[in-house]
Amino acid sequence: MFKEKLIGYVLSIIAFSAIASLALITFFIFREGFPVMVKVGPFDFLVGRVWAPSRGEFGILPMVLGSIWVTAGALLIGVPLGLAVAIFTSEFAHPTIAQALRPAIQLLAGIPSVIYGFIGLIILVPWIRNYLGGPGLSILAGAIILGIMILPNIISISEDAIRAVPREYREGALSLGATHWQTIWHVVLPAARSGIIASVILGMGRAIGETMAVIMVVGNSLGIPKSVLDSATTLTSNIGLEMGYATGLHRQALFATGIVLFAFIMLLNSLANFLTRAKR
Amino acid sequence: MVQKIAKTTVFLAGLFTISILLFIIFYVLGRGIPVVSLGFLTKNPTEMGRAGGILPTIIGTVALMLLATLIATPLGVGTAIYLTEYTRESRLTRLIRFGAESLAGVPSIIFGLFGFVFFVIYLKMGWSILSGGLTLAIMILPTIVRTSEEAMLTVPRAYREVSFALGATRWQMVKTVVLPTALPGIATGIILGMGRCVGETAAVILTAGSSLRLPTSPLSPVRTMAVHFYILAKEGISEKMAWGTGAVLVISILIINVIVNWLVNRLISRRIPR
Amino acid sequence: MPRSAQLGLSFITTLLLLGCCRVEGSEGGLTLAGSTSVQPFAEMLAEEYMRKHPGSPPINVQGGGSSAGIQAAETGTADIGMSSRNLKDKELALGLKPIAIAKDAIAIIVNPSNPVCELSLEQVRRIFTGEIINWREVGGKDAPIVLITREEGSGTRGAFEEMVMKGSPISLRALRQDSNGAVRVIVASDPNAIGYISLGIVNEQVKALRLDGVEASVGSVKRGEYSLVRPFLFVIKGEPKGLAKDFIEFVLSPEAQELLAKEGLVGID
Repeated sequence: MFKEKLIGYVLSIIAFSAIASLALITFFIFREGFPVMVKVGPFDFLVGRVWAPSRGEFGILPMVLGSIWVTAGALLIGVPLGLAVAIFTSEFAHPTIAQALRPAIQLLAGIPSVIYGFIGLIILVPWIRNYLGGPGLSILAGAIILGIMILPNIISISEDAIRAVPREYREGALSLGATHWQTIWHVVLPAARSGIIASVILGMGRAIGETMAVIMVVGNSLGIPKSVLDSATTLTSNIGLEMGYATGLHRQALFATGIVLFAFIMLLNSLANFLTRAKR
Repeated sequence: MVQKIAKTTVFLAGLFTISILLFIIFYVLGRGIPVVSLGFLTKNPTEMGRAGGILPTIIGTVALMLLATLIATPLGVGTAIYLTEYTRESRLTRLIRFGAESLAGVPSIIFGLFGFVFFVIYLKMGWSILSGGLTLAIMILPTIVRTSEEAMLTVPRAYREVSFALGATRWQMVKTVVLPTALPGIATGIILGMGRCVGETAAVILTAGSSLRLPTSPLSPVRTMAVHFYILAKEGISEKMAWGTGAVLVISILIINVIVNWLVNRLISRRIPR
Repeated sequence: MPRSAQLGLSFITTLLLLGCCRVEGSEGGLTLAGSTSVQPFAEMLAEEYMRKHPGSPPINVQGGGSSAGIQAAETGTADIGMSSRNLKDKELALGLKPIAIAKDAIAIIVNPSNPVCELSLEQVRRIFTGEIINWREVGGKDAPIVLITREEGSGTRGAFEEMVMKGSPISLRALRQDSNGAVRVIVASDPNAIGYISLGIVNEQVKALRLDGVEASVGSVKRGEYSLVRPFLFVIKGEPKGLAKDFIEFVLSPEAQELLAKEGLVGID
């Protein structure tokens, strides 16, 4: 009986310590970043066009745009292709092929981002520079590499969702005279919708948070990007580049950038929760 | 007719994407494996990594991964157990769950920023295995809490009720019924965390440093394989050595995945009631 | 035990754990951090020092950029900071001491395939502000100029801004890279790129431009003809002691200086 109480007590200490440390980091980030936002003014911070810490200018608009362009591009590439593969492995491919592909997809999800980044740097960037123009280090390069990086996540989760669609749905459609493709398009996919959307949101979160691969291929220039062939900086890659030496107000501005990212992730999570809960 | 086009497009797109993905795996292994040898794995690097081996980085990677996992796993699983089994669902638990979920999605660079300012500078731990391990532990903690919690929540209520009906105490119930059933999910979360530790770069450079020396204590700075790859590749020091490191990384991940899958299969097959 | 007491106890435990975690100093080794320009040379010297003194505690060298290094010396995170630019007044005011260990030059580099071989300093300045945007304006091909620069905390960038830009801001369109090596890699692969790196690491993959008629070489630096010269500094807070003192003495010794000269730096005398 005493042992029970002790275990319960130990578990509560563990839980509170863990929660305390997580709360600590959240609190720390907000405490470091908030003063800057207030000092610079949230509007000027978020929409300011110039980031020049040495001159005391802290506008993150170029990075916000960079993140938006790169993430949107990554989703435009990753979602259709990922879905195509998910449909391919669950509806078209021979079961053994699908089975063989699964460990490969799992492996790809675990490969460090710097490897993807470097492959992008030596294969993709020169290709873009030679055939499409611009310096090669560009939003396009970032979007393609990120798109490829989120493929494993989108594929595995969508595939699970598609497989989870009950057989009866498919058989029902087929017995009513629908072709294979009609079944997929009008029955299976809509039924798997919440899982697919969850995978997209997860992919978006991963794309926004990626730092190293982006630093290697996106160019990191501070101008407002005007085309996908332009170089740009994302919110995360900016933190990565400047973290090591930033002090004082500059460092706080980087934490403030972190707050923006944090807020965005919380928004994404709420959206994901809302969508999945609605489905249940 | 439209359908045939649609079907073929999807088919080809799928095939195309798969070939790109497979290309990546084969490219890394193809360029890297020829470089890997016993010497590569056991010698120290010389000339900033242009020659020699990658032993310190292997040790660094293992040290950070182990430290982070050993700290985060009991903390994370314990927290999940407490939240699901020892407390009632309330606004507080929902808030904690939301917080953990959000933190699990926060970019790792932010944890790196925190770790640099808090562990390296404020607590004066310097660039060290300790700073890096603690930072990584905090980074993977939310993921472990969340996946463990999810895994435990899917254990049917009936299991718990039967256990209580048979006279088990709460802890006995957790230990003998909930944990074993939820184990595959919990293990997945832990493995995800470990994988993240192995692949993390920016946060590691800022908290564990990038020294190529063999670490001599928890306060030594250390370089991981991912960091080594990044530095060698990006600075043009040695593409050959970079790919060798990359291949070792990919193979390690492959091994981790295989072990985990085998573990999970074994645990599932043991638990399925006859 | 009531919930609030549990909460309070865990909170206090956590604080205590963190409190006694405040570690003083490292395990007796030496940490150098900072300039990516100085880093490869410091690495080499550290290796040499440890070869000559087997059993010496480890000397760890770390990058991060000159500003990061100076800061690390100030906070004590590093024993010696490495910088490739002069200290600013406010940095000196913090009690930081610079010790010059070598002289290095900044080379303006372009891709070997670029027909341009020479520029004036004024032209370089106007290229980097974004006024000159096409290579044909300076006698090259009809192609847009791709600017490669370092991050703001870089000593190389600081020295470049001081000696070349002279107050004019570098164009926002410049691509930022976080180390000398990375700049060299990009310029080596892009025919239209221009960048600035430490002379000591120029190799056959890039071409160093003649500036105002002067070749970028160790010889012209020694003769005082080349203008973009900056010091490599070890930065210490207060007086060097122990291993730091020994290592610095070694670095300033004739044999170490000769090693540096072999690698393309100019020794200090």
